Amino acid sequence: MEDKLYSEDHTDKEEKEFTLSVLTEDKAGLLNNITIIFTRRKINISSLNVSNSEVAGVSRFTIVTVTTREKAEKVVKQIRKLVEVLGAFVYELDQIYYQEIALYKVPTKVFLNGNSIESLIRNSGARILVIEQDHIVIEKTGHKGETHDLYKKLEPFGLLEFVRSGRVAISRSKRKTEAYIKELENSESNRLSIKDF
Amino acid sequence: MMNTSQLEIAKVPKATTSKISGSEAVIRCLLEEGVETVFGYPGGAIMPVYDALYRHVDRLTHVLVRHEQGAAHAAQGFARVTGKTGVCIATSGPGATNLITGIADAQIDSTPIVCITGQVPSHLLGTDAFQETDVVGISMPVTKWNYQVSKPEEIPYAIARAFYIANSGRPGPVLIDITKDAQFGELDFKYEKCERIRSYHPYPILDESKIKEAADLINQAKRPYILVGQGVIISGAQKELIAFAEKVGAPMASTLLGLSAVPVSHPLYVGYLGMHGNYGPNVLTNECDVLIAIGMRFDDRVTGDLDRYAKQARIIHIEIDPAEIDKNVKTTVAVNADAKQALVSLIKKVNSNQHDQWIEEFRKCEKTEQETVTRHELFPKSGEIKMAEVVRRVSEMTKGKAILVTDVGQHQMIASRYYRFDETQSNVTSGGLGTMGFSLPAAMGAKMGKPDRQVVAIIGDGGFQMTIQELGTIFQNGIDIKILVLNNHFLGMVRQWQQLFFDRRYSFTELNNPDFQLIAQGYNIQTQKVDKREDLDSAMKKWLDHKGPNLLEVIVEKEENVFPMVPSGESVSNIRLK
Repeated sequence: MEDKLYSEDHTDKEEKEFTLSVLTEDKAGLLNNITIIFTRRKINISSLNVSNSEVAGVSRFTIVTVTTREKAEKVVKQIRKLVEVLGAFVYELDQIYYQEIALYKVPTKVFLNGNSIESLIRNSGARILVIEQDHIVIEKTGHKGETHDLYKKLEPFGLLEFVRSGRVAISRSKRKTEAYIKELENSESNRLSIKDF
Repeated sequence: MMNTSQLEIAKVPKATTSKISGSEAVIRCLLEEGVETVFGYPGGAIMPVYDALYRHVDRLTHVLVRHEQGAAHAAQGFARVTGKTGVCIATSGPGATNLITGIADAQIDSTPIVCITGQVPSHLLGTDAFQETDVVGISMPVTKWNYQVSKPEEIPYAIARAFYIANSGRPGPVLIDITKDAQFGELDFKYEKCERIRSYHPYPILDESKIKEAADLINQAKRPYILVGQGVIISGAQKELIAFAEKVGAPMASTLLGLSAVPVSHPLYVGYLGMHGNYGPNVLTNECDVLIAIGMRFDDRVTGDLDRYAKQARIIHIEIDPAEIDKNVKTTVAVNADAKQALVSLIKKVNSNQHDQWIEEFRKCEKTEQETVTRHELFPKSGEIKMAEVVRRVSEMTKGKAILVTDVGQHQMIASRYYRFDETQSNVTSGGLGTMGFSLPAAMGAKMGKPDRQVVAIIGDGGFQMTIQELGTIFQNGIDIKILVLNNHFLGMVRQWQQLFFDRRYSFTELNNPDFQLIAQGYNIQTQKVDKREDLDSAMKKWLDHKGPNLLEVIVEKEENVFPMVPSGESVSNIRLK
C-alpha cells in the first residue's frame, strides 16, 4: 500500500464563483426548499433564476454563489436529496455559456445634448428598449462585467433606475435533458432488490 | 404549467367507485398502507378526520396522547422497533407546531414517520385564521418531504407518496397538511401504492467495482475495524454484518443508534463509540489501518476533532445517502448503497482472515477501562447508588432481551454503555437531536409496536418532567411499560460539563423535584422508590414482574460523572478515563 492516502486539493478551499443548475419538478414551495439549504450553511446566493426547461413540466433553477468547491459540492448533494429535484449540477465559468440582462433608465433629455450617449449605446452592444417623453430604457445582455461597464458609463448621465437579472446558463456538455429524464424514469433505483444471501 | 400533483392525478383512471369524503379517504389510505396504530390529538382543523376515525376504531387503534410531541415520539418508537412507518395525527397551529420537535428528531435519526396535520380551510390560508400556522413552511427543513393538500382528490396521491418516501432509502419524517375543506369535500376513492417517483431515487445502484476496491483494501488490511451504524438495523443487515465480520476477522464497534445490531456478547464486538463510548473503540480508531463504516454518518459525537480522526486509515464508507459520503470524513472507497445489499456482495469478495493480535489490543483497552471506570461503576462497595449498577441489573434481569428506550443525558450514556443488548431493534433513543422527553412517549410507541416484548424506559429526572403528562396516556391505555427514573436531582450531563469546563458553576442545573411517587399514583400507576442498594434487587424484581405499567424511581449519586469522555473538540485518542 502506498503511504499517501489522498491528496488534499487546496483549490477546494478557495472561494470562487459557482453556477448551479438544478432541474426540478414544477412544485410550489420548492424554491424555499432549495434556498434553506444555502441559508442553513450561511452561504449567500448571488443570483437566482427560475424558468421552464425544454422538457414540459420541468423547471430549471440557475443559482450563482461564491463559496469553496467543497461547500458547493456539499450543497449540490443536499439539493439532489430533495424529492422533487431531478438533477443538480455544479459548474465553473469555463463549463457553461451564460448571460445576464440589465436594464438602465436614463432621462430623455441627455439625448438632446448631442449624440455621445447614442454612440455609447451602440459601442456597448446595448439597445434602446423604449423611448418616452421623460425617460429612455436601455437594455444590455452580457456578463456581469460588461453590464457593469455600461452602468459605469451611464452613471454620469444620471441613471434613474438600474436592474440586473439573475444569471441564466446552459452547460457545455452534450447531455440532453430529455434523455437524462428518461433515464431517471427507467432507473431501477426506486426499489431495492437483493439476491438472497 | 401543470404542477406534479395535477400530473399524477391526471394519470389515475377515474374508477366507478362511489364518492367518499376526504376525511374518510384519509383513514382508508392508512388502512391500505397496513397501518394499525396511530398516535394523535384532536382539534378543530382535524375534526373531520377524527369523525371518520370514529367509524373505523375496530380496524385502526388510535392512542390519545397528552401532548402532540408525545404523538410524534410515540410514532418514532413504534417505527424504530418495527421498521414500519409510525403515524401521528394533530390539528393545525399549535397541534402541528408541537409535532416539530419529534419530526426534527425523526429527521436526524432517520426514522420513518408520517404526520398528518389539519389545516384551516383553503380560502382562509394566509389570512392568520384561527389556529393557522404555515406548518409546511415550518417543517420544511426537518422533513424528508411535505405537502399541503387543499383538494380532496389529492389525498390518496399525497398519502401514498408519503408512505413511500418516509420508509424507502434513508428513512425520514413526512408531513401531510390537509385543509379542512379538503377533509369535508368528496372524491372518487381509488388507492394505488406509490412505487416510483421519477425525481426520487432512494436506492442507489450498487457499483460492483467499488465493492471490489473495498474488498481489496480489506484483504490487505492488518488492522481492519468495522463501525456499525443504524443503517445496519434499518436495512436488516444484522446477519450479513456478523457473517462479514466473522469472515474477515475484524472487530466491530457500534454508534449510539447502531446499538443492538450486534449482540454485545459477540466475540468480535468490542463496544460502543463516541464521546462517552468505550475506551478501546475510541482510541483504536486512530490505530486501525482500514476503517469500514457501515450505515453511519460520522457524527461529531463519534469523531471528535475531525482533523485528528483516523488520519492513518484508509476509509471505506458504506452508506445509502450520497450526501453523507465525504461530508465529514474523506473516504478512500465510497460504497453508495443499501448496507445489506453492499454486505451481501462484499462478503463474497473478501478473504477469510483472522486478526487476533489486533483484537487483543481492544481487550487490553477493555481491561484498562474495567479497572479505571467500569468496576467502580458496576460494583461500588459503599456510597450512593450508581446509575450503572441499576442499568446492569436491568440488563441481567431482562437477559438483555428488553427493548431499551432511553432519554437524553447521563443516564442515556450509562444505559448505552452497560445494557448488554442481546436482541436487535432493541435500542430506542434520541441520538442526533438529543431530545429530552423522548423516552416516555417513545416507549409507549415501542410497546404498541412490539406488544410481546418487555419495554423498559430509562429516564432522568429532568427529561421525565418534559413529557411526564404521557403517564396519562399510559394509564388510559394500560400500556405495559416499565419506567425507570434515575433521579439525581440534577440535569446531570450539563452539571458534569459545568464541573469540568465551567469551574463548577452549577448554573440552573439543580432540580427541586416533585414527589414522583405521588404523581405516578395520581395516574394510578404502580410505583416504588429505592434509595438504598440493599433494596434494589427486590424492588426491581417487583417492578419488572408487575403486569402493567410500573414506575421505579431510584435515587442515585447526586454528582456522578460519566466516563470515559472525549471532551468536545478533542481527538478520540485523548479520551479521558477520569
